Amino acid sequence: MNTTPARPELLDAHTREQIDLALAQYQSQPGPLLQVLHAVQHRLRYIPDAAIPIIATALNLSRAEVHGVVTFYHYFRRHPPGEHIVQICQAESCKAMRGDELNAHAKQRLKVSFHQTTADGQFTLEPVYCLGNCANSPALMIDTELHGRVDAEKFDALIAAKSAAKEHD
Amino acid sequence: MRTTVYVPRDAAALSNGAEAVAAAIAAEATKRDLPIRIIRNGTRGLNWLEPLVEVATAQGRHAYGPVTPKDVESLFNSDFLAAGTHPLHLGPTEEISYLKSQQRLTFTRVGVIDPVSLEDYQAHDGYAGLRRALEMAPTQIVQAVTDSGLRGRGGAAFPTGIKWKTVHDQSAAQKYVTCNADEGDSGTFADRMLMEGDPFMLIEGMTIAGIAVGATRGFIYLRAEYPHAHRALNEAIAAAYEAGYLGRDVLSSGKTFDLEVRLGAGAYICGEETSMLESLEGKRGEVRVRPPLPAIKGLFGQPTIVNNVISLASVPVILHKGAEFYKNFGVGKSRGTIPLQLAGNIKRGGLYERAFGMTLRELLYDFGGGSATGRPIRAVQVGGPLGAYIPESQFDTAIDYEALSGIGALLGHGGVVAFDDTADMAKMARYAMEFCAVESCGKCTPCRIGSTRGVELMDRILANVDRERNLQLIDELCETMLHGSLCGLGGMTPFPVQSAMKYFPEDFRRSVQ
Ligand SMILES: Cc1cc2nc3c(=O)[nH]c(=O)nc-3n(C[C@H](O)[C@H](O)[C@H](O)COP(=O)(O)O)c2cc1C
Ligand code: SF4
Ligand code: FES
Repeated sequence: MNTTPARPELLDAHTREQIDLALAQYQSQPGPLLQVLHAVQHRLRYIPDAAIPIIATALNLSRAEVHGVVTFYHYFRRHPPGEHIVQICQAESCKAMRGDELNAHAKQRLKVSFHQTTADGQFTLEPVYCLGNCANSPALMIDTELHGRVDAEKFDALIAAKSAAKEHD
Repeated sequence: MRTTVYVPRDAAALSNGAEAVAAAIAAEATKRDLPIRIIRNGTRGLNWLEPLVEVATAQGRHAYGPVTPKDVESLFNSDFLAAGTHPLHLGPTEEISYLKSQQRLTFTRVGVIDPVSLEDYQAHDGYAGLRRALEMAPTQIVQAVTDSGLRGRGGAAFPTGIKWKTVHDQSAAQKYVTCNADEGDSGTFADRMLMEGDPFMLIEGMTIAGIAVGATRGFIYLRAEYPHAHRALNEAIAAAYEAGYLGRDVLSSGKTFDLEVRLGAGAYICGEETSMLESLEGKRGEVRVRPPLPAIKGLFGQPTIVNNVISLASVPVILHKGAEFYKNFGVGKSRGTIPLQLAGNIKRGGLYERAFGMTLRELLYDFGGGSATGRPIRAVQVGGPLGAYIPESQFDTAIDYEALSGIGALLGHGGVVAFDDTADMAKMARYAMEFCAVESCGKCTPCRIGSTRGVELMDRILANVDRERNLQLIDELCETMLHGSLCGLGGMTPFPVQSAMKYFPEDFRRSVQ
């Protein structure tokens, strides 16, 4: 697992710049911390530990406060994810449509458990609790792309399409 | 003349391939040199037919579905642009019985118009409610909402007008209108469908709320899982500013209303209103102790309206057509219409808006068509993950707030999740505890520790370890959570657990394979 330097001075220039840009974008808003964190994650795909003291200083908060917010929310990631994030719905409607079989298939196909990234760095598998696609259960989301009525065959096709797109780059 | 073709941009339609269908239709039309205009509408909510393609003809809109890119060539061969016959032809859209039998007041434009076209919105009665409201005194607006009988659609069913009156009566330098668009309940998607399919209606409802209570600033707290709704809302808000419906001088009335979307970050508890306010302030979403009520001390300590998307989106029609009009729908103390969301193991899943009062059985069988698998429906969970499991013997219960609470259930946000007879209700009870453990904000012990303990107990019950004693213990644990939790997450998790134990005891006593 990648770890990040906890000390801001160890951040590379690009990362540091992205954090500063995120701060500049939202700093003047009322109660801006969540928005800043979203912006950092949007730019860097995760929130490096070393960003915490920078954000804390800029927003006049303690490190503990910023850290507490980062860890409270499932959406914020403290480590870089794989190229694609695959979120499979675990909630009732998807369970009623054999969602647990989809879980098992996905883990087997990608050879990972939830919260893990495939060996080739392509896919991070995450559980999610409802995607609002319950009339087309079981549902999953790849990055920001929603899919419904996903069976093993459709899952494999989606994964294959993403892998093929990568090879084209 | 260009023919207008509708292909939804709704996330659920896209999840079944609507984007590729739209592209295939455009390409085929170009190839055949046929002039068409593709409008990306919301969804009609007939999810089993998505992607549902519509064509505007002289005889009204005709529907085809579910369409895949492979069908497109044959659709053109069958002259679908002139409502030609084809195996996927469903006839005039409005005549499809699932749609025809509905009473759409809140979802009247969803699936009909281009969601981000202000012109289209106005051509369909859009902003008639706000115009009416601007002719009224703020107290009259609040009174109209009270008289309509509207109760909060987010779950707690509190009368909306009374909440507004409290905020109206406060004097403060700054008040806020916040929209709870966290829609965390599984089995629900009405908020998403509305925000993607008719975002101006929510914006209009919030603007009316602001003018009624003297709030000049609004926030939509949107869950991060809804990127499509985020896009639609931002497009609509920009258009509303551009046209003077938002900002410093709303429709030259001299009133100010500013509105923005803020994203949640994947925490179910942030749907609870005080947790949502903490989160909007940029903090951990820990539940606040009440009193004070948010209406008195809400966002940044100021008087604040917190309403669900559907509650706020119901306001324009109430102002436009009058409180009486709205109130004439429904039964008893459940007035107006309720957008139900049919989900899970159901043949015709989707959105079904109708006056309160039909029975669960009618919804599940007459409109929903029974289970998707063709097997008997054994149970439904109504009202999200904290709602009770209802057995088949109670399917004749009417869908209204009082009738459902009469059987120990709740309507919540109107999600109805069906399970067929292969469902294992003990596993569902375990899941309810697991969900509570994952999502607990951690503030109180019965919820934080109790739910983890509940998962362990359920694991023992499932493994047939000291079963009867553990069943007893989980019952006691449920009572502790019920009475000792600060909010509904810990306090209502016992509903699905205990209802599953009560109505499906055999599932808790299965032999272990
Ligand atoms: C655990 C929990 C989760 C909730 N989630 C939501 C939600 O996602 N959306 C919502 O509108 N209300 C939710 N509520 C209800 C809100 O606390 C609040 O009652 C509602 O937003 C008020 O708006 P309304 O009166 O228009 O329904 C939740 C309540 C609890 C206890
Ligand atoms: S019941 Fe659970 S979610 Fe609610 S306040 Fe207590 S710990 Fe937080
Ligand atoms: S329960 Fe899976 S998408 Fe809603």
